Amino acid sequence: MAEIDKPTLLEWYRQMFLIRQFENQCDVLYKEKKITGVYMHLYSGLEATGVGAVAALRPSDHVITAYRDHGIALARGMTPESAMAEMMGKRTGCSGGKGGSMHLASREHNFWGGYAIVGGHLPLAAGIALESRYNGKDDVVLSFVGDGASNNGYFHEALNLSAVWDLPVVWLIENNGYGMGTPVEVSSGQPELHKRAVAYGMKDMGRVDGQNVVDVYNVVSKAVEYARKKGPVLIESLTYRYKGHGVSDRSYDKMAELRDWQQKDPILVLQDYLCKHYECVEDELKDIEREQMAAVFKAVEFAEDSEVPTYEDLISHIYVEE
Amino acid sequence: MTVLTLIDAIKQAMDEELERDPRVFITGEDVGKRGGVFRATQGLYDKYGGTRIVDSPLAELSIVATGIGAALADLRPICEIQFADFIHPAFNQIVNEAAKMHYRSGGQWRVPLVIRAPYGGGISGALYHSQSVEAFFTHVPGLKVVIPSTPYDAKGLLKSAVRDPNPVLYFEPKKGYRAIKGEVPPGDYTVPIGPARVAREGRDLTAFAYGMMAHYTVLAAEQVAREDGLDVEVIDLRTLLPVDKTAILTSVQKTGKALIVHEDNLTMGYGAEVAAVLADDGFAYLDAPVRRLAGPDVPAVPFAHTMQEFFMPNPDKIAAAMRDLAEY
Repeated sequence: MAEIDKPTLLEWYRQMFLIRQFENQCDVLYKEKKITGVYMHLYSGLEATGVGAVAALRPSDHVITAYRDHGIALARGMTPESAMAEMMGKRTGCSGGKGGSMHLASREHNFWGGYAIVGGHLPLAAGIALESRYNGKDDVVLSFVGDGASNNGYFHEALNLSAVWDLPVVWLIENNGYGMGTPVEVSSGQPELHKRAVAYGMKDMGRVDGQNVVDVYNVVSKAVEYARKKGPVLIESLTYRYKGHGVSDRSYDKMAELRDWQQKDPILVLQDYLCKHYECVEDELKDIEREQMAAVFKAVEFAEDSEVPTYEDLISHIYVEE
Repeated sequence: MTVLTLIDAIKQAMDEELERDPRVFITGEDVGKRGGVFRATQGLYDKYGGTRIVDSPLAELSIVATGIGAALADLRPICEIQFADFIHPAFNQIVNEAAKMHYRSGGQWRVPLVIRAPYGGGISGALYHSQSVEAFFTHVPGLKVVIPSTPYDAKGLLKSAVRDPNPVLYFEPKKGYRAIKGEVPPGDYTVPIGPARVAREGRDLTAFAYGMMAHYTVLAAEQVAREDGLDVEVIDLRTLLPVDKTAILTSVQKTGKALIVHEDNLTMGYGAEVAAVLADDGFAYLDAPVRRLAGPDVPAVPFAHTMQEFFMPNPDKIAAAMRDLAEY
């Protein structure tokens, strides 16, 4: 395992804590009806997977994911202001309020969304990767894949195509145990999802502990290097969602299971790692936590003070006008 | 001027666009060495190589989706769907992704994509090689839908489609691929996406059509001119989305009568929208009810020759509909 320096670890801690705070605040705002709608899928519990994987990329690489997208957008550098304003449907949101929770977007960060149709983004990832290869670049696409998406046709077509065309894609399955409410072993003939790589003639990089940001970073870094030079890679990250599928549906939350996973909470795992390796780091962590809580409150204030979209906004951006 | 078939005009447009812009590439089933199922890309693989003329797996959703992804990243893909009937597996990609990307991102993303697909019946292709699918897509803001009926328009509209910053569905009347011939100037020109074309000027009534039916409607208009002395104006709609309301209203203001012809089945077909435009904004111009001649409301074009003939509008049926309307 490569040695990660302290500033990098602290930066990951900052990002993970920011995401956790952002999601907690979204939950509060949802209950206060300041974030409306019935669909909001929180990233709490999955922070190490998103932060560790995105950290393995350079800015010219690409990221795409499904509807549980807040954490990944923040890890990629979207400001909490831009994300929170989008959550509240404000003009200052990343998509001017048209997208909302599940459809964050940022061209400047090569963050290609945010997709609400399960698996629909997977062949798009292949297309974005095709551009990289077509133009002789070595940029890669990191495509997050839900465990549920691994059972539909998009997954099959996209992974097969990426293998046939040697496309630079890292397919990273976030296996959080459930596709909506259905456990992986009930919906997948082969519940070790990474093994499907064999069927596509693709590099299988196995399973990674999705609660450990250092482990995720190391595995995804190797995958990214492989994808740059050779072609697609499949990885499966084992993780857990603390808040159920979405805010409106917690019927299958399992308290015992949740407590088990919280024993290996990704933020605590990194905290332990830092405290073991660096003396007196606790104060630095406290400072980071205070700063990130303030950053989220500032984002909420910004979003609350922002204008709501107008009728003109409703009818704009239907076609590109040139 | 050179006389070309419809399909050769399409091929020439792609050849010239490939030459003009290195971002343009073609992907689809058998488009490479085989030159496409209808030979629309014949010779292009030898000229441009496998990086730009890319054989895909037999998997329509990923043909379209990789096109969308590549277009997001600023390439200019032309995706070929072998038959319009096969486009349905890619419906989600076209409707949920291509059409909505610019909108959902608040204007950050764009999808300069062309999807080409041969459509239409009359070739004994039976249920899954004869469909007209345009109405599924003309209902979707964010898309543009184009159907040429002449080689001149086919070349000029396809070039416009390739250069358009939006997703364009370009449906080709496959029955006319080799049957329809016309003059095509060599070299670069475009036909703008949007305006309809007056295919034949007339005063007694207006017949609206597109694709193969526009070709037939001109033949029918000539027939009723010869046989009945009727003077029919034919409007080749050629861009179905956006709707050219001005062309529809201007012509009916002059003639007072409207017939709409398409081979897609009647109910909720494109003709319903043309009729609605006239009802909304052209009511005062009308001297007769708006008439539609369309395929019957059956699930598909069936195989047996007799049933196919019953299904398909043709110049004789169109001429009969023109006479009926003229007599009103």
